[in-house]
Amino acid sequence: MSRPLPKSLNVNPFLDSWLRFDCAKRRVHLFSGKVEIGQGAMTAIAQIAAHELALSMRELDIVSGCTERAPNEGLTSGSYSVEVGGTSMRMACAQARTLLIAAASRQLATAPEHITVADGMFLVRAKPSNLSYWDVAGEVDFHQPVTGEAPFRAINADGLIGKPVPRLDLPAKLAGSGFIHDLALKDMVHARVIRPCSPKARILSVNDVAARARPGVIAVIRAGSFLAVVAKTEEGALSAAKELSVLTVWKENARLPGGSPVTEWLPALPTQDEIFEIRGADLPPVTGGRKFSATFSRPVLAHASIGPSCGLALLENGGLTVWTHSQGVYSLRDQIARVLGMSQAAVTVHHMQGAGCYGHNGADDAAFDAAFLAHALPGRPIRVQWSREDELSASPFGSAMVIKTSATLDRAGKIAEWEQEVWSGAHSQRPGSAGQPNLLATTEFEPPWPMSEPADPPFETGGGGLRNAISLYDIPRYRLKHHFVKDMPVRVSALRSLGAFANVFATESFIDELAEAAGVDPVAFRLDNLSDPRARAVVGAVADMAGWRYRDEAVGEGRARGIGFARYKGRAAYGAVIAEVVMEEGISVSKIWCAVDSGLVINSDGLTNQVEGGIIQSLSWTLKEGVRFDGARILSTNWEEYPILGFAEIPDIEVRLMNNPDEPPLGSGELAAGPTAAAVGNAVARALGVRVRDLPITRDRVMNAASL
Amino acid sequence: MISFFVNGQKVSVDVANNVRLLYVLRNHLEKKAAKFGCGLGQCGACTVLIDGNPTQSCDVSVEFAAGRSVTTLEGLSEGEVLHPLQQAFLEEQAAQCGYCTAGILMSAKGLLDCNPNPTRAEIVDALARNLCRCGAHLRVIRAVERAAKILRGETH
Repeated sequence: MSRPLPKSLNVNPFLDSWLRFDCAKRRVHLFSGKVEIGQGAMTAIAQIAAHELALSMRELDIVSGCTERAPNEGLTSGSYSVEVGGTSMRMACAQARTLLIAAASRQLATAPEHITVADGMFLVRAKPSNLSYWDVAGEVDFHQPVTGEAPFRAINADGLIGKPVPRLDLPAKLAGSGFIHDLALKDMVHARVIRPCSPKARILSVNDVAARARPGVIAVIRAGSFLAVVAKTEEGALSAAKELSVLTVWKENARLPGGSPVTEWLPALPTQDEIFEIRGADLPPVTGGRKFSATFSRPVLAHASIGPSCGLALLENGGLTVWTHSQGVYSLRDQIARVLGMSQAAVTVHHMQGAGCYGHNGADDAAFDAAFLAHALPGRPIRVQWSREDELSASPFGSAMVIKTSATLDRAGKIAEWEQEVWSGAHSQRPGSAGQPNLLATTEFEPPWPMSEPADPPFETGGGGLRNAISLYDIPRYRLKHHFVKDMPVRVSALRSLGAFANVFATESFIDELAEAAGVDPVAFRLDNLSDPRARAVVGAVADMAGWRYRDEAVGEGRARGIGFARYKGRAAYGAVIAEVVMEEGISVSKIWCAVDSGLVINSDGLTNQVEGGIIQSLSWTLKEGVRFDGARILSTNWEEYPILGFAEIPDIEVRLMNNPDEPPLGSGELAAGPTAAAVGNAVARALGVRVRDLPITRDRVMNAASL
Repeated sequence: MISFFVNGQKVSVDVANNVRLLYVLRNHLEKKAAKFGCGLGQCGACTVLIDGNPTQSCDVSVEFAAGRSVTTLEGLSEGEVLHPLQQAFLEEQAAQCGYCTAGILMSAKGLLDCNPNPTRAEIVDALARNLCRCGAHLRVIRAVERAAKILRGETH
C-alpha cells in the first residue's frame, strides 16, 4: 500500500531519525519534531507509536524539539501535530515493526505473514514464541528511508487508538514542576530586559550608574535600544530593572490608533489588494435577486498566556545552548546563529514546556534575549523572565480585521453569489520567515535588523487573513477581495486560527442574516445550502444535541440560541456550535453544544479537552477581549486592563465527537474559534433583535446597537 | 534572617524584608510549584496557603510570612501518595498546559479545608482569583467536586 508521505518524512526520511530501540533497557525512544504546547500532542503521538509498534506506552519515551536529536518538523502550529507529525510517526513505526517481524521470521524460520506482535513479543500463528523485539532489534538496519508502504495495524475497539489515554505530561505538572520556568541551571543568573515604553521607541539616554552599583548586579548590557540587566538573584535583577526603567529616556515613534474603531482605522491604512475569483466568474450576472451586505470586525488580540515568556542560555566552550518554549526550535536556532555570527552547529536549542501557547508569542524573543546575553557573558547560565506587561505589549499580537460580506439571494431563497472582502495585517511573521530574524531584540539594536517584509501564509495552504474566507456553502459565484495591510501599527503574527476566527464570525453571522431575510430557520437554511455530507452531519448533530427548536423561540425575549459552523481551513476538521445566551445585566452564555468531525480520533479525551478549551478561549475573545491603545502606547498591559473570561463566566459545554475512522486524523485546537463566536453573535441577535457585528460583543455594544 | 515554616519544615532565609515571597520560595527554597504569572496579584498562578489562607505569593513580602506556616503544592502529596486533589485532577484530566494548575490546586485546598462539601457556586467563588487561559475550567470544577467526595470518603 503506497500513501503520500507527509512533509515531515520528506524532510527527515530516515527511520532512525524517528525512533531507536534500546534493547538493554527494553525501551523505544521516539523522536518528535513536534512539541507539547499544552495541547496533548505528545500523548497522542505516543499513542499512535504504541499502537503501531504493538507495545505498551510505558515502554516508550519521547524526545521532542531538540535541534540535536529530533527530526526537523518545522513549526508546531496550524493543528498539524497529529495530522502530520502523528502520521509520520505512524509510518515510521509501521515500517519498524515490519522490519522487526522480518528479522524474527529468519530466526523463527517462519514466514512473516504468520508472525504478529503483542507487547513486543512475537507470536507465531497467534501462539507465543520466546522471541521479542529486544532480541532482534540489533540486527535491523534502521538507517533506511521510511517508504510509507509498510502496512498499518488495524484499529480495533480493544486498541489504544481512540482511547482517552491520560496525558503523559500532567503528573509532573500536578506535582508543581515540568516547565521551562522551573529550570534552574547551576550558577544560573537572572536577567530582565527593559523594553521600550511603546513600539519602536529608541533610547535617547540612560543613566545606569546606580543600577551598576547595586550589590549583586553583574552587568548592565546595552546594544542600541536593547537594554538589560543581569544579577545574581531574581529580586536583584527586578529592582535594578525597575530603577533603570525610570532612568531611561525614550524617543517614541509609534502611531497607534488610539480609541478609534477598527472599522475606521484599519481600512484607512495603505493596502496591497488582490482579487480571487473562486468560482462562477464566467456565470451570467445574477438578476432579480435580493442583495445584502454587512461589515464585521475584530480588534487586535493578545495571546495572554498565563506564564510570561522565559528563555535560558549558556555559552560554554564555544557552544551556545538555548532552552525555549518556542514552536520552532530549528528556525530559532538558525536565526540565533546568524545574528550572533555563530555556525548553526555551534548552537543547540532545546524545547521545554511553557505555559499554554496559542501561536507566535514572545517565546522566541525571550530565547533570543537570553542567547544574546549569554553570548555577552560567556560561562554564565542566563535566565530571562519576561514581565506580565511585556507579555501583553511586547509579544506579537493577532491582527485586527475588517470583513465586508455581500451576497445575493435568488428568487428561490438560495445564495446565488457571495463576495468576502477582507482587510487584515499579516498572520505570520516568525523568526526567519521571509528573510529577516524577526526577533524583538534585533529590532532594538543599533542599527536595527529590519523586520521581514510582511507576507501572509499562501492562500493555497490555508491562508492567513483569508483563512476560512471561503465557506463550504454551495454558492455558484464566489469572489474574495484581500486588502493586505503591510504596515500595521503594532507587530502582528500568528494567533490561534489566524483569520478564521473573524472570517467565520462574519460568514456565519451573515448566513443568519440571509436566513432571516429568506424567512428560514438558520439550521435548515444551512442544510439547504450545504451538500458536503460531513458538514451536514455536524450541523445536524449539534442541532440534535441542543434540541434545536427555532420556531418556538421568540425574538427579543432576552434568551436565545444561535448556531455557527465551519470546516477549519476549508480542508481540516469540521465543527458546529450552538450557543445559548441569556441577557441579564450583561451577556451571559449559559450553554454550548458542539459537534466535531476530526476524522480518526486518536485520543478522545485529549480531543474533547482541546475543543472545550478552544470554545472557552473563543468565548473570551468574543465577549471581552481587545488590545487597547492611545496614540503611542499599548494600554492593556495587565489583567485588569486586558480581562479574560473567568471561572464565574464559563457555560456548560457538551462536545460530541463524530469518529470517522476511515478519514485521516485532523488537529482540532482551532476548529471551534470561529463557530463559537458566530453562535454567540447569532444568539445575541435573536435574544435582543439587534445584531452586533464588531467584536467583542460587549454590553455597551449591545446597548448602542439597540439604541440605533 | 527571616524564619517561617514551609510545608511543616522550619526555614530561615537571608534576604531583604521586602522581597516577594514567590521569589524566596522558588529561588531560595527550591519550591518551584508556585508560578510567576503577573507579579501583580491578579492571576493566582503563585497561590500558596499562609496559615491556611490562599494567598498570592507574588503580592506579599517574605516579611509577611515570618513566623507563619506556608503550604505549597509540594506539601500536598505524601511521598508517592498523591493528595486527593492531585488524584482528582489527574482523573478528570483537569488541565491543558497546566501552568495555572498549581495555584488553582492551592485555592481549592484552602476551600476544601474549611468547606468539605462546597456547592458549585462556592467552588467558582473560591477560584475567582485564578485565571486559566487554555479553557480547562469545567474540568477543574469537576475535579474539585471529585476531590471533595474523595476527602469525605464518598468515593475512592
